[in-house]
Amino acid sequence: MSALREAPDAVTDAQALTVEAPVGRPTGQWGMFLFVATEATFFACLLASYFYVRFSHGGDWPPDGISDPKLLKPAIMTALLLLSSGPMIVADHAIRHGRPRLTAVMMPITVLLGLAFLVLQLSEYSEKLKEFTPQTDSYGSLFYVITGFHGLHVFIGLVMVTVTEVAALLGKFTAGRHERVRMVSIYWHFVDVVWIAIVASLYLAPHLRG
Amino acid sequence: MTATTSTHAPALERAKARVSGKWPERSGLRGFVTTVDHKRIGRRYMVTAALFFVLSGLDALVLRTQLARPEESLVSSQLYDQLFTLHGTTMIFFFATPMLFGFGNFLFPLMLGTRDMAFPRLNAFGYWVFVSAGIVMFGSLVFGLAPNGGWFGYVPLTGPTYSPKANMDVYSIGLLFLGISTTAGAINFIVTALKLRAPGMSLARVPVFVWGLVVTSFMVVFALPPLNTANLMLFADRRFGTHFFDPGHGGDAVLWQHLFWLFGHPDVYIIVLPALGIVSSIVPTFSRRPIAAYSLVVLATIATGIISFGVWVHHMFAVGLPQLSLTFFSAASIVVTLPAGIQMFSWVTTMLQGRVVLDVPMLWAMGFVVAFVMGGVTGVMFALVAFDQQTTDSYFVVAHFHYVLFGGAVLPMIAGLFHWWPKFTGRLTSRRGGTWAFWLTFSGFNLTFFPMHIQGLLGMPRRVYTYPGGNGWGIWGLVSTLGSYLLAVGLVVTLGVFVHSLRRGAPAPDDPWGGETLEWAAASPPETQNFTVIPTVHSLHPMWDERSRASFAEGAEDDDRVLAAGHEVLQTSELDGRPERRLAMPEDTPVPFVTAAALLVGVLAVLLGWYWVAAAAAVACAIGIGWWLWPWQPPAKALSEPVAHPEEVS
Repeated sequence: MSALREAPDAVTDAQALTVEAPVGRPTGQWGMFLFVATEATFFACLLASYFYVRFSHGGDWPPDGISDPKLLKPAIMTALLLLSSGPMIVADHAIRHGRPRLTAVMMPITVLLGLAFLVLQLSEYSEKLKEFTPQTDSYGSLFYVITGFHGLHVFIGLVMVTVTEVAALLGKFTAGRHERVRMVSIYWHFVDVVWIAIVASLYLAPHLRG
Repeated sequence: MTATTSTHAPALERAKARVSGKWPERSGLRGFVTTVDHKRIGRRYMVTAALFFVLSGLDALVLRTQLARPEESLVSSQLYDQLFTLHGTTMIFFFATPMLFGFGNFLFPLMLGTRDMAFPRLNAFGYWVFVSAGIVMFGSLVFGLAPNGGWFGYVPLTGPTYSPKANMDVYSIGLLFLGISTTAGAINFIVTALKLRAPGMSLARVPVFVWGLVVTSFMVVFALPPLNTANLMLFADRRFGTHFFDPGHGGDAVLWQHLFWLFGHPDVYIIVLPALGIVSSIVPTFSRRPIAAYSLVVLATIATGIISFGVWVHHMFAVGLPQLSLTFFSAASIVVTLPAGIQMFSWVTTMLQGRVVLDVPMLWAMGFVVAFVMGGVTGVMFALVAFDQQTTDSYFVVAHFHYVLFGGAVLPMIAGLFHWWPKFTGRLTSRRGGTWAFWLTFSGFNLTFFPMHIQGLLGMPRRVYTYPGGNGWGIWGLVSTLGSYLLAVGLVVTLGVFVHSLRRGAPAPDDPWGGETLEWAAASPPETQNFTVIPTVHSLHPMWDERSRASFAEGAEDDDRVLAAGHEVLQTSELDGRPERRLAMPEDTPVPFVTAAALLVGVLAVLLGWYWVAAAAAVACAIGIGWWLWPWQPPAKALSEPVAHPEEVS
């Protein structure tokens, strides 16, 4: 084999190693980011389909005499979900700085707020189902499937936070080993952000006449 | 190894003994079900994918026989619909991508200089889900319920009104099921390539094959959701009476096409990019020089991946969309061919500037160059709206995509099999056998698919179970069918060469071809731990540079390179490959298998309409995942040690 001329070795020379470099992310975090990316794309496709059907439909939206979505419950649900992200941020910060008890107190707050969100969603469904169902027309199909899948993701997120809470109570996390709290936190914030997109698209947008 | 090993030989022996003890391989049924070793899983993917290739190929022989003459009645139209739908669906979803994922699974840790994938249990899970989904999809044929609406499943034909039987339920749920495996595999490839590279392997020193599959994996992350959305909506329309695609109730049938092709076009590059990566591994080795314009090849791979998301409407030029839309997508579809052209020029330049050794892998790679260019040329023709609107839905399309898929994916896969066969199996293949296999296959392939261009230009539509005489199509149909039999012979000979090698092939050395990348440093086949010493990489061609090769022996005394304290790999930084910490990896476990089995039960229950059973299966899956992810070890028993004492992990 001909000896190849080697470029100056920026990475492996001793000189390079004396400079401090930022430490990268753990594998689990990258895995969670990628999982969130694919799920976010799924919601983007659902919302894109919503807008596609809306604009190819023309005419009134919501169609078929369905009333514009009321905004009070969604506003409260938004507040609940946004607030619920706070305790997760505190929980993650706490475990990294060696305060596992604070972590174990914060996560149940998230769970309670999340549960309240789901209860309100169910109450909203019971009201709306009197007026239209997923089988009424494409608007109904889109509305219930989009909000329904989001609710399912909230539920899954709550299960994840609860399991993490149990692990925290059993003393599984310390300042040296706490990756899972952040991973669950990333998922929870994702669920939050998707809700904002849904509120804007399904609830606020029909009110914008133009 | 190298001459320097003689002074390090005792240390190497000691290191090897310590490391092998931490990387046992269990045999028997228990080992088969519980293994998380990337090499075993990779081989499994390849064997299973090859099996689907054979099934789907036999399927195609029936199709070709039916189409040999006008007005044949070998199969009924209903059976034909199932066979041609299964042929396309199986080839694309259950053969092409899984085969390439199999290559990736086997080769990534070896090429990157590590011992396993980032998520070994997820890897095993992905395989079990793949094989289950394949059984569901192909097994449905036995019940006469195989998908029958074409691989692309257009509504309203596949909706509840016109496809009342369960065939398209199998399609939509089957693909949703498979998508879990594909996404899991993609995430695994990306994270492995980001975090587990050998020290010194900066991004600019990552092999082109790895880049190809990583770009592919990012594409999977973003391209599968539109397909999943479409399939969920289709299933809901069919099973639960929703109206996503029903124009009578405000839905839109074209929405299916947009969602499907938003996935479908990137999917063809998902198939082709790893195959191009295989070619980029073979051509430099057999030209005895590094690949020309490495940076451009990498950028071209990335550019192809990104631009491929912006061309999907070229599958819909005849649907009646606005002129402006057609103009944009026509321009984008022309542009997407440019990066692929750059890669082609890189290979040609590498060969022109090197000394070509026309061994068997290179022969197959040359076949790829010819066939893929031909397919690419007809592809560019389709980018022109006026031409497309004349030839869409004709046999010209069938000719085009078989040239790019068979030529652009199957030929590189076979080339890759011949190239890495010594590494996968520890045996060499017969040069004469491989050469015969190539010429028979290549001739059969061209004889099968070239006449289809002519049939298409003469107006023969695609997706038909028979056709009338008197149009001049029949003679080309006959030639094509005879070609398909020759192709079948060629593929059987190819299989025969591999089987013969397994039984009587000469034992292979570590590095039979004089390759440039790290997999050639491992044994043939590799030991379970791949490398006794994690190497330090100083260039893009670690096997061709002395410093990298010397690091294998020099690292024998370094605990942070031997990593024998447990079942460990080395985690390095994303951009520069700077060592970060030791990472304890999961060992063999039945949980992925059990979780995949629960998922299969759930999928079958959904298909049968037993929703409570499906809910119970979902709970079982959740328990499985919880078990898998539960932090079993107490934190006091430090699982992973930082190396080189970096700053506190924030």
